Amino acid sequence: MKDVPTEGNSFTEIFRELDSHYPGLSKYVLDEQGSLRKHVNIFIDGKIISDRSKLTDTFLVNSEIYIMQALSGG
Amino acid sequence: MKRTLLLGTRKAFIAYQFKNGKWKSENISFEGIPVSIAYADPRTNTWWAALDHGHWGVKLHRSNDRGNTWEEVTAPSYPEGAEIKNGVPATTRYIWAMAHGGKKFPQRIWVGTDPGGLFVSEDNGNNFQLVKSLWDHPTRKEGWFGGGRDQPGIHSIVVDPRNEERIHIGISCAGVFETTNSGKTWHIRNKGMWADFLANPDAETGFDPHILVAANSNHDIMWQQNHCSIFRSSDAALNWEDVGQKGGTARFGFAIAVAEDNPDQAWVAPANSDMTRTAVRGALCICRTDDGGKTWKDQRNGLPQEECFDIIYRHALALSGDALAFGTTTGNLFFSPDRGENWQVVNNYLPMVYSAQFAD
Repeated sequence: MKDVPTEGNSFTEIFRELDSHYPGLSKYVLDEQGSLRKHVNIFIDGKIISDRSKLTDTFLVNSEIYIMQALSGG
Repeated sequence: MKRTLLLGTRKAFIAYQFKNGKWKSENISFEGIPVSIAYADPRTNTWWAALDHGHWGVKLHRSNDRGNTWEEVTAPSYPEGAEIKNGVPATTRYIWAMAHGGKKFPQRIWVGTDPGGLFVSEDNGNNFQLVKSLWDHPTRKEGWFGGGRDQPGIHSIVVDPRNEERIHIGISCAGVFETTNSGKTWHIRNKGMWADFLANPDAETGFDPHILVAANSNHDIMWQQNHCSIFRSSDAALNWEDVGQKGGTARFGFAIAVAEDNPDQAWVAPANSDMTRTAVRGALCICRTDDGGKTWKDQRNGLPQEECFDIIYRHALALSGDALAFGTTTGNLFFSPDRGENWQVVNNYLPMVYSAQFAD
């Protein structure tokens, strides 16, 4: 698990900043239409987001945004 | 025979090399990751690995040093607003076919995807564009549907070396389409095919060619292992003829290969009906025709003949000269040096094999 302090008012801004540190990261988490990939979850302060397609869930300045891949496969 | 064999498997990209009369593993890359297609571009010897990450989506990597190092390129992606059906956004779900564009277009690469989009790169894979003319084809939204996968997929791309603007593609389920102008316009080439699963047997599309190939020595001779039978065309897909073995083994399956020096010699890898999809009567068999599909003979020497469940996926039967190789759904890899007369085990312990290709 990696902690990355990030600033932004929306997921668009958050992922833009993450991409500046880790180029291409957003393409692993989001598909080309901007939706969260099927087996990935995002939590805001411990609560899973509700809008997986447009990522409109809101967060606060000091919110923890937790990105998690599902445990599946074999 | 080319002396490299590339495999796309459920758990890795694997390259074998033929040395001193034996196949030995040369490279294993992307361990743990499904590789839907392992492809070598014969023009440049670039190796390509199409990855199907379970979590992180479809990715595309290339190597110019036989897999020692890999570079990720931006995978084909659907433009904003593209829809599979009305209200269903299109995203690249799977890379199911790769083909180079030929000598006239040295930087061109074609990629076929689920959910039915064909992509082209004109800069050796640095950038891919959706072929809009096919995506916007009037039959797509209502006349194409999933077969083998949840959504329609392009699994076959056949570039005619005599005219590299002429390309045939195979789509499950839609059928065979042809362009003669590098993808500007498309013609449906399903005449003579039949599909007993269609509600309307006279439908224009909805056919299920599991794989489409052209004979190296005469590109007007095309073959397909179809869901319903084996079909052959002698006029570059204008008309298809059912050449499946009535009541015999060579009927249902996924893979097909055609001899490089004889357009009438072909191999299929039969499976047990479209219901169970297991080896026919528990025995692994390759069938060969030497007369354009009029007759077929079983080739079993060296293949397991009892308690066998293997089938061979559509891209997992490869040919080079007199040599054939195939990988199976249960991770067996077989090789024949003599056009299928005798088979040798290369490995019994691989992951499920998705693709096989001989390379330099």
